[in-house]
Amino acid sequence: MGRMSILVSPELCIGCRGCQTACKEWNQLSGVKTENRGSTENPPDLTPNTFNKIRYVELPSETNMVRWLFVSQRCMHCGDAGCMKICPAPGALFRTDEGAVAFDKDKCVGCKLCVTSCPFNVPRYDEKNKISKCHLCAERIANRLEPACTKTCPTGALRFGERDALLGLAQKAGYAKVYGQADLEGLGAMYAFMDAPKIYGMNENPAIPESVVFWDNVLRPLAYLGLAGAVAASLVHYVAFGPKKIEEGKKDE
Amino acid sequence: MTNHWIDVRNADVILVMGGNPAENHPISMKWIAKAKEQGAKLIVVDPRFTRTAAKADIYAPLRSGTDIAFLGGMIKYIIENKLYFREYVANYTNASFLVNPEFKGPGELNGVFSGYDNKGRKYDKKTWAYQLDENGLPKKDLSLKDPNCVFQLLKKHYSRYDIDKVSSITGTPAEKLKEIYDVYGSTGKPDRVGTELYAMGWTQHTVGTQNIRTMAIIQLLLGNMGMAGGGVNALRGESNVQGSTDHGILFHILPGYLPTPKAVWTDLKTYIEKNTPQTKDTRSVNWWSNRGKYITSYLKAVYGNNATKDNDFAYAWLPKLDEGMNCSWLVLFDQMLKDKFEGFFAWGQNPACSGANAGKVRKALARLKWMVNVNLFDNETGSFWKGPGMKTEEIQTEVFQLPAASSVEKEGSITNSGRLAQWRTRAIAPVGESMPDSEIMNELYFRVRKLYKDKGGKFPAPVMNLDWNYGEKDASGKVAKFDIHQVAKEINGYYLEDVYDKKTDPPTLLGKKGDLCASFVHLQADGTTSSGNWLYSQSYTQKEGKIINMMARRGKDDPTGLGMYPGWAWCWPVNRHVLYNRASVDLNGNPWNPQRAVIKWNALKEDPKTKKLGGWEGDVPDGPAPPMADEKTGKYPFIMRAEGVGLIYGPGLADGPFPEHYEALECPLQENPMQPQHRINPTIKLFYGVEGPHQKPAAEGGSLEDIFASCDIRFPFVATTYRVSEHWQTGVLTRHLPWQLEMSPEQFVELSEELAEDLKIKNGDKVIVSSARGRVRAVAMVTRRFKPFKVMDSTVHQVGLPWHFGWQFPEDGSAGDSANLLTPTIGDANTMIPETKAFLVNIEKV
Repeated sequence: MGRMSILVSPELCIGCRGCQTACKEWNQLSGVKTENRGSTENPPDLTPNTFNKIRYVELPSETNMVRWLFVSQRCMHCGDAGCMKICPAPGALFRTDEGAVAFDKDKCVGCKLCVTSCPFNVPRYDEKNKISKCHLCAERIANRLEPACTKTCPTGALRFGERDALLGLAQKAGYAKVYGQADLEGLGAMYAFMDAPKIYGMNENPAIPESVVFWDNVLRPLAYLGLAGAVAASLVHYVAFGPKKIEEGKKDE
Repeated sequence: MTNHWIDVRNADVILVMGGNPAENHPISMKWIAKAKEQGAKLIVVDPRFTRTAAKADIYAPLRSGTDIAFLGGMIKYIIENKLYFREYVANYTNASFLVNPEFKGPGELNGVFSGYDNKGRKYDKKTWAYQLDENGLPKKDLSLKDPNCVFQLLKKHYSRYDIDKVSSITGTPAEKLKEIYDVYGSTGKPDRVGTELYAMGWTQHTVGTQNIRTMAIIQLLLGNMGMAGGGVNALRGESNVQGSTDHGILFHILPGYLPTPKAVWTDLKTYIEKNTPQTKDTRSVNWWSNRGKYITSYLKAVYGNNATKDNDFAYAWLPKLDEGMNCSWLVLFDQMLKDKFEGFFAWGQNPACSGANAGKVRKALARLKWMVNVNLFDNETGSFWKGPGMKTEEIQTEVFQLPAASSVEKEGSITNSGRLAQWRTRAIAPVGESMPDSEIMNELYFRVRKLYKDKGGKFPAPVMNLDWNYGEKDASGKVAKFDIHQVAKEINGYYLEDVYDKKTDPPTLLGKKGDLCASFVHLQADGTTSSGNWLYSQSYTQKEGKIINMMARRGKDDPTGLGMYPGWAWCWPVNRHVLYNRASVDLNGNPWNPQRAVIKWNALKEDPKTKKLGGWEGDVPDGPAPPMADEKTGKYPFIMRAEGVGLIYGPGLADGPFPEHYEALECPLQENPMQPQHRINPTIKLFYGVEGPHQKPAAEGGSLEDIFASCDIRFPFVATTYRVSEHWQTGVLTRHLPWQLEMSPEQFVELSEELAEDLKIKNGDKVIVSSARGRVRAVAMVTRRFKPFKVMDSTVHQVGLPWHFGWQFPEDGSAGDSANLLTPTIGDANTMIPETKAFLVNIEKV
């Protein structure tokens, strides 16, 4: 089996959020108390208990009062994953045989470096200060089941399959190029966008911060000579992002 | 649905109007997406830019309650531009029928049709009748030119609905109207087809039935009925609402759409006479001529051996309606408020939140001596006595809560919108003390029966004589282990004797005594067959001694390629997937569109039994008769109508043979733009003040709670209610689910940026939405998805809010309360379904 991925087709998405519920059901993630802030979108952002969500994007339209886009937001399972590059704790973040970026909470040291190194602002930390994010339903896909979100999607807006097959599918549907096709050595969640990615609220050219790359290539081998765990993490952070910013990780409900 | 869910993918144009499938029927969007993939156009017409609208090729806004004007304009456009399917219209509809020359329409009579009785608010329909020839058959003019023919009357009636007029009523921009009329009108060609998907956005109006009628006229004009990818399709709001309607949940019908008996129909013979349409046209199948077989078989299913020829098959034991008696939803709660009921079973429902004018409903519940609330959870109905504004210490109602098993905790069938009855097995045992509904009924039945036996009571016969063989009985005679399969079999029906086809010589055996019926074609009016619901006969059947639950079949073959999957479960009637499919072929039986042939006549097909040549292929046809061109044995396509054709002109309805635009009971206009005399539907039942001035309900023969306020500066904004995909109905299931509540936690009201600016309301502000009847707290969702309408040269604002929330859960009251506290007590002229989709409100910042 080749690398497995998700193809997101916002044109097919109806914003029903079956994917949000299915994810929480399968992964047994609790719902939290929210309030309506004048938007359909809720929770407002990814949280340690919200691995995927639909963003509701309203734009001006030439033909209608509004153009309303529904965009799935989730871990992109980058081929070249910033989080894995920076993570100082061996085995805390790892790639599964199917290509997912999964994690092992027991090995996570809680440094939050992955947060700052992610081009898509995905990783979150739970109440025990351990990483929490979409793992492409690693245990399902290892058993040849598709992830809960794609399984429940009624319209095919979320499709799971071998990466090359999905690319073929998108091509057949008229998308000459999909978002994430080549970026970061190919994303594990690709998007068939009709318009420029920024219309959908995505970075045109997602990239890992330079400092993370520097750490991975140059400093990591040195750091492991004499340091380990949390000490390594703080050093890494100092080098990569400057002093006293460890608490800066996005605060979540 | 005349068609079925998968069939939507066969359409060239999909009109979604009166519904919001992306949010309320998400799975349907799979088939809409498939149709679009093949080039179909999706048109969405809705007051609000919905999630369905976000997927549309063309979206048009319209003011709530103006659908007839919108569609009436389309009829005019189709006729003027000759977009209709002439051959279909002439042969398969009553367009050619001549109508009584005395008939006059609202254009000539200031807003009413001929025969209107102002006092009784109803029509004498004498002048609506067809002209008959010397043989008693309707006179026809196939050239469609006679000034009294339906086609010309239709043309005249809708000549008043020109695009500018329509635009000034609906608020839809004229160019959008023209664009939609053009695209939908393009399906009048034989090789193009359009479908319509609607839900409560069409039904819940005082003109609800006529909303759907208008579309039926369009579909007949364009030749879209009976076609794959065509039809008029009701998207049912619950997974089994089709099943419950089929099985007689409404007061006016018994299972299988047999009318509820009236007291004046004193015996079975009279009942059958009064309910069996007659025609002298031998080419009309007139399917309801079988009424006698179906009601008799129904009585045999209910009363078994206790229904005999000698006792009129126990017809006397069926409940009867008094003349003019109406037991629909609004009337029930009105009567409850007036102390006409002692007790009430709220079974699988939450009227304290779901009922129109929920404040009135809650007050009515407080008048009861007792109430039984059968539900998965306690809800605002079961706990109404501790709800907001209730004086608990004064309420005497004793409430019994019976926990019911959920759908995955029991076995049985559910029937989806496409009439597909699918058998489901039990996934897990019921939790705690909860029981399947059938077992609760079983308990009730034997206890009530024992009370009659021990203590007597009025008219025990209907209860004591019931046939109740639904499983093993214990020593006392009680069914101890309820078997739902026995119910399904009883619904299908049995041969109670050896039944013969007496038309053949010698008579041929149709079925052996004790066997399950093969189909409703075998049902008899002499008591030799039973069937709890004739429409479901063939759902649980027997072939060569082997019993087959057709609903449990899981065949995956699709021989026509049209997505009918005839081996998957079973749909009524007789597994016919597209109703009126004889209209999908020309007079010789050749499909109008060979690319999407639902059925076709094969003159060389040999009947294996009779060796006769000629037969249908494809879907189960609407009867085996040859196509219409066969002068001797050919039959008309619309077999459920005595006329045998589709009704462009519908003289059976309460409010007119052609749909006419009337305003909602509460509307922002002083007058109906079509004419000044009749603002609202002249045949709806008013709960007070038939003569007006509609200021003081109590002084005008009604209840205080029935108050309405039209064109009233206190309530200047049009409002509508709806559902969202994150919640279900009154939210009793979904509000208890933290995942759903997290996504949509509380009552909100959507309003335009323009209105918000006028009212100085910011997005996310807390506001109070009020109507003449009640108030709800809501979060303001200021959005571009609503825009002010230009109606009759003035600006009309519309707002909308969901009805999923209630005071009881979450327990801190954070969700707010039901939007139905705002909606009025008024119903459709034909069905009495409440008008919750167009009413007036005010919004104030808290």
